[in-house]
Amino acid sequence: MSERVAATRDVYGETLVELGRTNKDIVVLDADLSPSTKTNLFAKEFPDRFFDVGIAEANLVSVAAGLASAGKVAFASTFTVFAVEKGLNQFKQSVAYPKLNVKLVTTHGGMSVGEDGSSHFCIEDVAIMRAMPNVTVLVPSDGVETRFATRAIAKQSGPFFMRLSRPKTSLIFDDDYGYGGRDFDFEVGKSVPLKDGKDVTIFAMGLMVAESLSAASELAKDGIDAGVVDVHTVKPLDKEAILQAAAHTGALVTAEEHNIYGGLGGAVAEVLVEEAPVPMARVGIMDTYGESGSWKDLFVKYGLTAQNITTAVKKVLKRKSK
Amino acid sequence: MAPINDKATPHNETLVKKLEKMALLIRRNSLIMTTKVSSGHPGGSLSCADILAAIYFHHLRHDPKNPSWTDRDRFIMSKGHASPALYSALAEAGYFLKEELWKFRKIGSMLQGHPDMKKTPGVDASTGTLGQGLSVGVGMSLAFRLNGKSSRVYVLLGDGELNEGQIWEAAMSASHYHIDNLTAIVDYNRQQLSGRTDIVMSLEPLAEKWRSFGWNVIDTDGHQIKQILDSLDEAEKAKGKPTVIIARTNKGKGASILEKSFAAGECKYHGTPLNETDLNKCLEELHE
Repeated sequence: MSERVAATRDVYGETLVELGRTNKDIVVLDADLSPSTKTNLFAKEFPDRFFDVGIAEANLVSVAAGLASAGKVAFASTFTVFAVEKGLNQFKQSVAYPKLNVKLVTTHGGMSVGEDGSSHFCIEDVAIMRAMPNVTVLVPSDGVETRFATRAIAKQSGPFFMRLSRPKTSLIFDDDYGYGGRDFDFEVGKSVPLKDGKDVTIFAMGLMVAESLSAASELAKDGIDAGVVDVHTVKPLDKEAILQAAAHTGALVTAEEHNIYGGLGGAVAEVLVEEAPVPMARVGIMDTYGESGSWKDLFVKYGLTAQNITTAVKKVLKRKSK
Repeated sequence: MAPINDKATPHNETLVKKLEKMALLIRRNSLIMTTKVSSGHPGGSLSCADILAAIYFHHLRHDPKNPSWTDRDRFIMSKGHASPALYSALAEAGYFLKEELWKFRKIGSMLQGHPDMKKTPGVDASTGTLGQGLSVGVGMSLAFRLNGKSSRVYVLLGDGELNEGQIWEAAMSASHYHIDNLTAIVDYNRQQLSGRTDIVMSLEPLAEKWRSFGWNVIDTDGHQIKQILDSLDEAEKAKGKPTVIIARTNKGKGASILEKSFAAGECKYHGTPLNETDLNKCLEELHE
């Protein structure tokens, strides 16, 4: 059997077409990157409901706001770095503040953009968007989760930010959103416990969920029982799951393809420090810009592998036993 | 649903007189509300008062009793700092009680410093950081076209606001999409916060700029009600392209203290209200 792989952006494009067939109010906007964000699939089937505003991200976000305020469900897409950092004030004033029904779904998030290099990476997006009131922040872990997430946010009114990735990666979930014999229902704000553990729980988002599962397998060889939670919604954060993990395993590790400041690690730390201060460690990009390279080489060089997670787990367990 | 305005009314003296009176009320309210709270932007509110009177009390299809009427026309105050003029027009039109005006910019008020579509009935877009209203208008226009609606969209832009790059992104896209249910109006009062527009950042040749971006351009006197009304009608006749009305105005129009100050090259009344004494002097001028 061939390996099941998909890029989250590919699945996003396909799902938009599926949604567009049943919901005629869905409109899609892009800023000259539709072949890369895969909104071109929607454009092909629904040319009247697709707007390419050209390389103009400020206009992209505000035009989406206008469409939404007149009753449309507006999906606006481009690369994460351009959407978040060139359309930010537009998103805040025209979308987030008035709670308009705009889904800013951006591809090429994080560092896994790869060869394009640092100008095209966005390792600040979750911190930025998480700090903005009214915005729901999602980072799906694989293609299947992306399909369920896209369907879910199309149904829910309000401002959403969803970060997707460039590379094709192995699918974690089966086609029905099951994993390891468990069936899950996708719910915005509800994290997914992929694997239970007794010693430590790893909370991860995006591509780092797969790395976390590999890390858990490695740790098992050393007799360490690590749980893994897929945090597809960073805001609102599933506080319940964090507090439960703190109570049951007494130690947490977070893993994210994001700067170490302000992202998932920061969000989890905020909960723990106020309500259940147990030892925790964060795996992420150590406050540095990246460089060109294959995304796998970058993950090794910038500390985003299963190996980095196992190291962090072992460290945190030492603090736990003290 | 019946809109309060009938655009078909001829632009005769009776109508002009009525709208002039509304403009006067907008000016009076704007000055009083900014002085009361010692905050807000009187200069740019007065320059657009005639435009707002023409729009809200004649041209716009809207219904203050039903602010969420789906098929209404939309008005976007992209130069959001002129909110006193907008709120005055909305109050006079009956969207909310006039008493609300005196709570402008105070804690808990429905009237925020800059327009807020979630807090104020009749406000169609949240604005304040400049440069975004035209893009929002483009989105609305596209939605109406997709839905086969005849609703039109009006966007009032500041001249200083045209410094923002996003305005030209929006301008490019509006003509690219051949939107003709969108009318932009530039309140060309030739003054921005820190000085004259030709000194801060040159706009001229302004009409040519818009034309080269694919727009139909109408030049008008922004203080002559009949000219404004005619221009708004004329804008609807242009098919396949958006129209911009370049409305020549004076900052602080109608209040001599403000007008003299701006004419002398001062900018203080851009964002500083009159003191009580000067307010009373100006209110004496602003009578029928």
